[in-house]
This record gives sequence, C-alpha cells and structure tokens, in this order.
Amino acid sequence: MSDSNNLIYPTDKGLYCQAADVYVDPWGKVERAIITHAHSDHARWGSQNYLCAEPGEKVLRYRLQNAPNVESMPYGKTIERNGVKISLHPAGHILGSAQARFEYKGEVWVVSGDYKLNPDPTCALFEPVKCDTFITESTFGLPIYKWPEHEELFEDINSWWYKNKSEGRNSLILCYALGKAQRILAGLDTSIGPVYTHGAVEVLTEIYRQSGLNLPATIKIQAGVKLEPGSIILAPPSVQNSPWQRKLQPVSVAFASGWMQVRGIRRRRSFDKGFILSDHCDWNSLLTAVKESEASQVLVTHGYADVFSRYLQTEMGIASSILSTHFAGESVMEQEEVLEEVSEVIEETE
Amino acid sequence: MMEEFARLFKAVDETTKTSQKVSALVQYFANCDARDAAWAVYFLTGRKIRQLVPSQKLRAALRVKTGIPQWLFDEAYEVVGDLAETIALLADNATNQNAQTPPSRSSLSLTCWVEDRLLGLKKLDELEQQSKLIEYWDELNITEKFIFTKLITGNFRVGASQQLVVKALSQLTGVSEDSITHRLAGEWSPTCDFYRALIHQDTKDSDKSRPYPFYLAYPLEVDYDQYSKQENFFDWSIEWKWDGIRSQLIARDGESFLWSRGGELISSGFPEIMEASKYLPDGTVLDGEILAWANGDAMPFQFLQKRITRKSVTKKMLAEIPGALMAYDLLEWQGVDIRSEPFSQRRKLLEKLIDTIKMENPNSVLMVSPIVPADSWQDLLSKREDSRKLKVEGLMLKRASSAYGVGRRKGDWWKWKIDPYLVDAVLIAAQPGHGRRASLYTDYTFGVWQNEDLIPVAKAYSGLDDSEIRKVDAFVRKNTLGRFGPVRTVKPELVFELAFEGIQASSRHKSGIAMRFPRIARWRMDKPASEADRLETLQNLANS
Repeated sequence: MSDSNNLIYPTDKGLYCQAADVYVDPWGKVERAIITHAHSDHARWGSQNYLCAEPGEKVLRYRLQNAPNVESMPYGKTIERNGVKISLHPAGHILGSAQARFEYKGEVWVVSGDYKLNPDPTCALFEPVKCDTFITESTFGLPIYKWPEHEELFEDINSWWYKNKSEGRNSLILCYALGKAQRILAGLDTSIGPVYTHGAVEVLTEIYRQSGLNLPATIKIQAGVKLEPGSIILAPPSVQNSPWQRKLQPVSVAFASGWMQVRGIRRRRSFDKGFILSDHCDWNSLLTAVKESEASQVLVTHGYADVFSRYLQTEMGIASSILSTHFAGESVMEQEEVLEEVSEVIEETE
Repeated sequence: MMEEFARLFKAVDETTKTSQKVSALVQYFANCDARDAAWAVYFLTGRKIRQLVPSQKLRAALRVKTGIPQWLFDEAYEVVGDLAETIALLADNATNQNAQTPPSRSSLSLTCWVEDRLLGLKKLDELEQQSKLIEYWDELNITEKFIFTKLITGNFRVGASQQLVVKALSQLTGVSEDSITHRLAGEWSPTCDFYRALIHQDTKDSDKSRPYPFYLAYPLEVDYDQYSKQENFFDWSIEWKWDGIRSQLIARDGESFLWSRGGELISSGFPEIMEASKYLPDGTVLDGEILAWANGDAMPFQFLQKRITRKSVTKKMLAEIPGALMAYDLLEWQGVDIRSEPFSQRRKLLEKLIDTIKMENPNSVLMVSPIVPADSWQDLLSKREDSRKLKVEGLMLKRASSAYGVGRRKGDWWKWKIDPYLVDAVLIAAQPGHGRRASLYTDYTFGVWQNEDLIPVAKAYSGLDDSEIRKVDAFVRKNTLGRFGPVRTVKPELVFELAFEGIQASSRHKSGIAMRFPRIARWRMDKPASEADRLETLQNLANS
C-alpha cells in the first residue's frame, strides 16, 4: 500500500500526504509535520514545522526540547493546504492526542495515531470520525485483550495500595511516564496516603497541570525527601531492580500495562502485581472504532497488523492491508515495547 | 468454594514472595472444609486428573462459543503460550460482549466443580460435553475459567510447590512438616478422610504402601582442594553416582511396592525387582537406583528409558534390558524407621541383608552400591576418572555419621558429577516457549557441520539468562529464513557451547547420534559459525 496515487502513503521519511505536502508523525526530518501525540515513536526531533492539537502543545514542546516551531490548533478546527482540508480530532490516547483527518476532492482519510476508546480523565474522549480510509494501529489486535472497566481497575489499584500500607509496605507502580502515570494519578484514592513520583514522571505531571489538568498533589523523590511509610510511588519501568528502587524498601512492585493480560509475561518479569492498564485499544475497541469510522478501507500499522488486517478482510468483509511504518517492528512483542519505553525514559532522565 | 480457590490461586500466582504465598495458603486452608481442602492439596501439590476432554474438543467448544476462526485461535495461542489460558481469555472476551448478565463468581464448592462437573464431563457424548463446557465457562469469571480449563487439560501447575503446601499446613495445624510430607508421598485419593488423616495430630501412620520422602544430595560446589583439606577422608562414605531411576522398595505385611522419586508406583514396570523383593523381610524399606543391568555391568540410561516408556513389559524386553536395584540405603528395618541412625550403621545392616538374600537366592537382582575403593581425597580424584567407563555420573559423598534427611539439604550428602562433554554448535532453528516463556523464542535447535551442511544434533531449552534470551529472541526475529508452523529457521550465525552427559549411536536421528541432557553451557560470542564442531567428532565419541 505504498501507492503514491493514494491520498496518504508511506515514504522513507514517514506517512505523507502529497497533495498537502504534509507528513504525519514523520520518522525522518521534513518541512511540515502533524504530530498525533508526543510519545517518542510519533514525535521525533528535527523537522522544521510542527502542528498538533491544542491541549498537547505544552507536552510536545517539552518533548521536542523546546523547539520554537511548534504550533497547535483546537480539536475540530479545519485548515486548508493546497485544497486539502485538515482537521484534528480527539484520539483519547494521552493529553492532546489526535486523529488527523484529511479531505481532498471528496475523499476522506483518517490517520488515528495511537488511540483508545476507554474513558480517561486526563484527556478528551475518542471521537469517531467517518472516513473512506481509516489508518489504525493494532498494538493489542488479538481477541485475548480485554481491558477491565475503569472503576474495577482503580478499585483494584487502590485496595492493593491500602493492603500494602496496612502491612507496612510501600507501593510502587511502574508505568509509562507520559500519559499513563497521570491517568493513574487521577484515579488514586489520595485519602490512603501521599503520592510520590520519580523525576521523569514529575516533570510531565507538572506540564499536565500547566496544561490545565487538575491532578492530585505529588512529591518528587529527591535528596532530602523522606518517604512516609505506606506511600505510593509512580515511576518509569526502567527503575525496576535499580538502586533507586531499593531505596523504597519495603515495597511491593506493580507494572501497569496491557501486556499484563498474559500470565506468562507477568510471571517472567516477576512483578508482585500486574495491572491491566493500557492507553491503546483492546480487541473489541479496535473493532468498534473500525465500524464507527464506516471506512471502506482500513490500513493497519504497528502491532498484530497481519492478524487484525486478515480478520477485517475475512471475517468482516472490509478491504484491508498492512501499512508498514516505523512506529514499531514487524511484530511488537512485549519486551520490545518495554525496551522502547525504557529507552525513552532514560532519555528523559538524562 | 471455587471462588475462594480462585482467590487463593491469584494470591499465590501473583507474588514471588514465599512468605506471602504461605500466608495465603494458611488462610485458605483455615477457612475451607475438608473435602475442598483435599482437592486443593491434590492440585496444588501437582497431582493431576487424567485429561478429561482432548484439546481438539476443547478448541471446538470454544469455536462454537466465540465464533473465533481456527487461524485466529492459533495466533492467540502462540502469544499466550498456554492452552487453558488462551481459552479462558478468548471465552471471557466473548462472554462480556454478548451476555446480559456478566458472570459472577461461582459460589459452588470446589468439590462440586471437580467431582460433579469436571469428572462428569467424561460420561457425556461430544455434543453434550460441548454444551456443558460452554455453560460452565459462562458461569465463571476469568480466573475461574482459567483454573477450570487448566484442570480439564490435566496440568494444573501454580506457583505453589508441595513444599509450600506442607509448610502452610504445618503452620496451621502444628503437625511437623516431615509428617505431612510423609503422608503426602505415595498414592492417595483426595477425600475428606484423607485430608483429616493428613493433618491428624497422631503421626503414627498406618498406610503400609507409603514411601519416605527422598533425601537428595546437593551438587558439590565447594573448591575440591579446600574441601579435601578441611574434611577427614575417613568421615565419608563414597559411592558411585548411578544413572538410573531413584526409587524406594518397600516390603510390609507380605506386600511390596516400588516407588519412583516422582511419587509414582512403578511396581508393575519391574517384575524382576518385585520378584526379588519377596525375599525381603516384612518391615523393610530400601532406597536405591533402578538400573538396566546386564552381565555385571550397567547399560546406558537410554535402555532403561525404553523400559519405562512402555506400558507393559514384554518377555523380550525383560531379557534384553534386565532391571536391577542398586540399593544404597536402608530406611526401615524390622518395621522401625531407622532414618535417624548414622549412615554407616544403616549401611552395615543393608550389606548384611543383601548378603543373606544372595545366599538364599543367587539370582536376586538386589545389589548394594559398592564403596569406591579409595584411601585418600587424592586417590579419589583419580578414581573419579573411571566414571565414564563405569557408566556412572560421578561420585556420591555421604557423611558416615549422617541421618537420612528430608528433601535437598546441604552438608551431609554431596553429588560430585563428572564434567559434562562439550560441543560447539550453531543455532539453526527456534520456536516460542511455553508458560513463563510464552511468546519468546526460547526453544532452540542446534546443528554441527557435516561437509557444508549443518546437521541438527540437539534441542535445548535452558542455560541462558533472561537478558541473553531476549537477545537471542531479537536475533531470531530479525534473521528468520523460513517458517514451519511455530518453528523459524534462522541464519546460521550464533554459536553456543552445549554440555551433555552422554552420547549414543541412534538410527532414529538424522545425525546418527543421540545426546543425553543437552543444554546450553554458554554463548560463544567469540566464535564464528564456521568454527563450530563437526559431526565426525560427535560420531567418534558415540562409537568410542
């Protein structure tokens, strides 16, 4: 599907809309880039002009090391370039995450970036956008993935914290520093105790606050800060088994990720607890998003692309193929994803 | 209740800390009735019920329930790496989508689930079985679905070992761990009565078939030079380490029983040993090694393996691969448990006993493991070199004054194996592992050179640490040459040093050889594939 007759197609620099001369989440250096969200595999440094959705501007600026050329526009606003109408719509992934809609000569394409349908108090709810061609990710594109309900999940997290506290332990949740940490923070029952953060989490949490989000108070762990017993700590996965983690003893360690759905993966990484929490779609959400887009063609990127695409074709009768991008390798396995997260966090902490 | 059992499973499964596992177990057993407790002990200690519904039929039932096509199931299975878990996840996803009422936790007892429902499946025809399976899945939450399906497939293994269960029951009841371990050994049915007897305060047990818990040796990990200086040679009793099946032969009340260390009754597999046991006086328990033994010499383990894999033993097999018991300890004598007597004492009695039997019955297949004729640590070192010739695995060092303990303990019994054979082989194919290693390429096939070709010689699963496993996994994904089902052939590039215990000529293998216990010793990052070993080298070894 790298046909240059398509409205959007991949080049060696990224997903390209030739008619508008715009890239979406380019992996090479380009003149004009639309960024769906600020995670490192989508927002890369080095392009000349960046455009993102308004709520995510501060986060993106931070991630691009204060690049001066970042602009934003509100969700739903339409701009026009060379006759192509471009607008951004909530993707529900993290603060400011967007689907990019392109309309040209009556044909509509939507690049959804990363997205989820589950409610998340730290970002706008995913908005279904009707289109002819829908480009979707497939990180969790297998029917084994089903996310628990928000209430059930946070009841689980809070009671785990409470139990640890009553048994004299701290609670450490390892989670992605951008998006997931803030989503967890928003759901914590802070009547149990104070919330501490790793520096990588704290800086992004502060940017979320500056962007207008009302999040519970956090205390950054640094020299001179003494942990109150029974506290909860949010930190990136890279701290697992590090000297930094050892300072939190006695501590119970949980990992929050969609990959925790599979028992073997949870056991292999020997966490005390796994919370099934993802900012991506589970299987049913992917199917719902595809249906609601009413697209006649679905292009599938990173994740279980071959599986999901085949399912759309053979079981749902929707024209579909795999779109090869740099958002992930040929098959995303848990360890690669975690490594990716880790390398990003190391970047951040350095 | 099934609900509580599922909660226990979760608690034990989720933590890596022994103390938390034990306290979850204590809490469970404290609040559960004897029938459920018996089943819980049964499953948690790794006992199985024979697979009730074949995997294919389970898959079919799931297909009917979810409408998920076969190819999609296979994709999911490859990622999850466990059949029961794959089924539970897929069934659960389908449940909440369609059902009006989400499944609540099941308040039926574990016993009812196992005895009425699970065992009941066996009597049903295929269609009834299918509809019952679907009905049951719908009643259970995801953890319970997993447990139920896992029990059906007959391999329910959780993060609780028998040792932890014993610890918990001992904590709860005050009965010693040894007594509980003893009562768990051997054959029993998970009934109310069994559980009551298991935790009964009066520890004089009557079951005559029951073996003692095996005492296991630790590998000698100390520096031999230093060890030989600090230990007086004559405080030790030294035997060969036989390569057979560790077992106990029990004679009580006119009956005999032969137990393997795995807790299986294997009497029927070794009629010649059972015949010999008739000469044992009542109240005798021998500990030893079953060997394939012909013309005064041990046969390689592979022969013995042929015997144990067969259901029934033919006359021909008895003649070609005769079994014998190489006894090395006496645990019970004249009906008295003498495990706390010093080893030297027990050994004396054992020698006398076997001598007497030999006089009555010169053809007896009961032997005493001989003492290695050495008179110093230095001398022993050279005797150890004879191990391969004698087809033994090395030496056993037993402190003459030691009691017969329980489980694996350091200090009194050491096994000192000879160094394994080594070969440098090239990784040529890989497939994903199961369980903890699901979705990682961890099961490898290795080849060595014959002219310009790499001939597969061994499969190995262990020996790498987690970070190495991840590196090899990444290599496999990037260097796949072909796919055959779950197996990927890879570019021949990575070289590993394989260790193995023995090698035999074999007509069943393309390479013409079969290795015993191959495993990865280390990753030879320094070697290019071209410098891996050649098949001729291995063939010569097998023929020598």
